[in-house]
Amino acid sequence: MINYLWAGMICLGILAAALSGKIEQITPSIFASAEQGVTVAFGLISVMTFWLGMMKLIERSGVIEMIKKVLQPLAYLLFPRVPREHPAMNAILMNMSANILGLGNAATPFGIKAMEELQQLNTREDTASDEMCTLLAINTSSLTLLPTTVIALRASAGSLNPTDIVGTTIVATLSSTVVALILDRLLRRRWL
Amino acid sequence: MVKLVNFLSVWIIPVFIALVVGLALYRKVNVFDAFVDGAKEGFKMSVRLIPFLVGMMVAIGLLRDSGLMDLLVKLITPVLTWLAIPAEIVPLAIMRPISGSAALAMTADMLQRNGPDSLLGRIASTMFGSTETTLYVLTVYFGAVGIYRTRHALTVGLLADLGSFIFSVIVCKIVFG
Repeated sequence: MINYLWAGMICLGILAAALSGKIEQITPSIFASAEQGVTVAFGLISVMTFWLGMMKLIERSGVIEMIKKVLQPLAYLLFPRVPREHPAMNAILMNMSANILGLGNAATPFGIKAMEELQQLNTREDTASDEMCTLLAINTSSLTLLPTTVIALRASAGSLNPTDIVGTTIVATLSSTVVALILDRLLRRRWL
Repeated sequence: MVKLVNFLSVWIIPVFIALVVGLALYRKVNVFDAFVDGAKEGFKMSVRLIPFLVGMMVAIGLLRDSGLMDLLVKLITPVLTWLAIPAEIVPLAIMRPISGSAALAMTADMLQRNGPDSLLGRIASTMFGSTETTLYVLTVYFGAVGIYRTRHALTVGLLADLGSFIFSVIVCKIVFG
């Protein structure tokens, strides 16, 4: 799937540029984007390093136990085959709480950590496991209680009530997460 | 409400960090050792993402700069308007799963042009806040562990995005319409 999407974007993009007389913009575009990709990865270094350090402290300080008390029913329901004491479960719990609390850039490091731990449990190393797909379903559909970026954007655009979209956002994001989880369950057996 | 949200978004991370470090110290953890032990993986993990991010960013850049994106918007607009998504919102809906920064710029532009408290402005805000940049999440999460066969993850992510757009429109029309 990702192969077709990627090839389609590249080949059809170049074809469209050729037909609309924009072909001279293609080469600069490619290298500007490549540089942007490296910039994004480098930007992640500081964030990943800090939050992975914090992750160790969250585990050793016992804060993870408090988070577990709140989120474990949900996490065990969504990831029944991940052993409860496995490090993957801790990373999944931290990823979910960072998403819900809007701990900004912490969700990605915890999510990546969870993927690494899930990979230890994976039997086919180049193929996504069911648990990985479920984690992706949660993260691509987002699970947030406070859409801080949008609130700031609305305030700067002069909104009289920048936060009045919090309620509608929570309803929309919860519904889409439920849709994602249902589809994940339905499609996992067809797509092995 | 605005004050409460601002308060929470400013305080939550510092307080959380202080709580974790303080509690770890109280439990006699060698806090700095533990931090460094966890943190040392960060560099390796980020650098490993470079090929995946470069590959995806180049494809997204081509989609945008070649004009294919505009063509796609024209083709998909009738489908999405049939699903009750207003035509003005469609470009944002299509950009949202592909590029977070471009979608943010489009949302900002819509808020300026239509006013943040208009129905369109509120739908755009709800839409932006209720979903993630699917392609970025997919690239980064699977890239980090070198997974090439992503099975149903992309389909689920994109359909959930479509779901969140439709829900955003419906909920906003009910609440603000």
